[in-house]
Amino acid sequence: MNALIDYTLHLADNALILGHRNSEWTGHGPILEQDIAISNIALDLIGQARNFYQYAARLINDSTLQGAKAPSPGGEGVGGEATEDTLAYLRDVKDFKNCLLVEQTNGDWAKTILRQFFFSAYQFYLYQHLQHSKDETLAAIAEKSLKEVTYHLRWSSEWVVRLGDGTEESNSRIKKAVDDLWVYTDELFEAASFELLATNEGIAVDLSLIKNNWLKKITDIFDEATLRFPSREGQAVRWNGKDGKHSEHLGYILAEMQFLQRAYPNNYW
Amino acid sequence: MQIINEEKIFADKIDEEIKIEPKDWMPDQYRKTLIRQISQHAHSEIVGMLPEANWITRAPTLRRKATLIAKVQDEAGHGLYLYSAAETLNISRDEMLKQLHSGKAKYSSIFNYPTLTWADMGAIGWLVDGAAIMNQVPLCRCSYGPYARAMIRICKEESFHQRQGFEILLTLSKGSKAQKQMAQDAINRWWWPSIMMFGPNDDASPHSKQSMEWKIKRFSNDELRQKFIDVCAEQVKILGLVLPDEKLKWNEETKHYDFGEINWEEFRNVVNGNGPCNKERLEARVKAHEDGAWVRDAAAAYSEKRKSREQKAVA
Repeated sequence: MNALIDYTLHLADNALILGHRNSEWTGHGPILEQDIAISNIALDLIGQARNFYQYAARLINDSTLQGAKAPSPGGEGVGGEATEDTLAYLRDVKDFKNCLLVEQTNGDWAKTILRQFFFSAYQFYLYQHLQHSKDETLAAIAEKSLKEVTYHLRWSSEWVVRLGDGTEESNSRIKKAVDDLWVYTDELFEAASFELLATNEGIAVDLSLIKNNWLKKITDIFDEATLRFPSREGQAVRWNGKDGKHSEHLGYILAEMQFLQRAYPNNYW
Repeated sequence: MQIINEEKIFADKIDEEIKIEPKDWMPDQYRKTLIRQISQHAHSEIVGMLPEANWITRAPTLRRKATLIAKVQDEAGHGLYLYSAAETLNISRDEMLKQLHSGKAKYSSIFNYPTLTWADMGAIGWLVDGAAIMNQVPLCRCSYGPYARAMIRICKEESFHQRQGFEILLTLSKGSKAQKQMAQDAINRWWWPSIMMFGPNDDASPHSKQSMEWKIKRFSNDELRQKFIDVCAEQVKILGLVLPDEKLKWNEETKHYDFGEINWEEFRNVVNGNGPCNKERLEARVKAHEDGAWVRDAAAAYSEKRKSREQKAVA
């Protein structure tokens, strides 16, 4: 049960944090049409996060009823039932289970696009498998979200190609983004302990099944965009976000996001 | 001779409530008035995204966050419809943006006020969108076809935004003492700027008379303002809050609310660039545009390359 809750929270956190990052672009996009597009992706991701959080809250509340101690419920010391909002707004950095990739700063349009592309390609193959999960709710959310993710992947792929094969400047900017973000892609395929447990129960997706598809997708688009993979040598050691070991960025995201709930606790908004 | 006929055809259409369409002959001044008004309106949508986007990352619940993103995104969409409507009058979006960025074109002054608390999202929805709707509903019958049609779509979404804003305030008004105070404070700050949105008094409004004759405008500034005040004075009772005007009082004779003196000096100051956030708003727009230049260049270069590759493939 705990593995299922953690896995659901992990899926939710990934979607929420990237959605939140994308929403920082709203009103500031490079052109009106793309401002709308990136905001739309933010909305889709936050919608997915809400579905996962609502399910996690239900699981947590059920398991609390049965007397089990649920992991990281609505934050330590928070009474009452877990809800989508207690899970999003009252947990601290160490409880968040998102990958490091999604919490990285927006940077320029190239970095935002590439982060989206890496993640959407991952989410695309992940949800394709997850829709056959033994857990019916996760399967249903994955199936419903897959249409959205298919669009995110197409949109971000097209932009990677456009920037890679556009001007000298756009090419050098997206190359820099590749150098900056490539190091965070390993983590997508390194299963955390709750993922292994949930995979054994037929709930979570076996990440080894999707890694090659992901790599092939990246290779194809990089070819079209005239981009190459950076060398692995000399890259810094990264911590593991899924286990709550995040980059410094997440703390600031949460400080901003959770401000009202923390400053005026126990209110209805 | 030709011109006289065209002028008559135009005037007859206006009289008979037949829409003027992009290819129809129209007086130069009619075209200029529309370009000024529609582009100002489009700019207002785009600049208007900023004060609300300011709270997206701090929205208090996931539902509120999603709704706010969707709302700001709607405003971007309105900007798009309106820029397209203005483009039918032979001006490009680039040109309009240049005018915005240089300060030559105006946008609604209301967006030069800061959003300080979450309650401001409610007050903007209820009051600012409310005032905008009051102004915009008659524009659905504007004599220029593309503008009228854009406004029909926009008004539908705006009334949804207004209800959302009112609901934010209603929730706060039923909440804790601090939440109620937050709501009252937001209303105190947004009320007067909102009623200034209808523009100067009729006797001080330079463009109004001609616009009414051309049926671009259907009601005077003061008529619309009075209507808005009458509605809000009732709605605020549902919130259990007050409008910050001691002179606001129902007048049994006129069947309207009397209200206090508007601070027109503040209005002129903000219009002329000296509001609390004029500089920040314009800088944010210019920065987004300048930071996006290389992105737009890349997209254009790529599309050129693709075209020439396709042509080679055909040859």
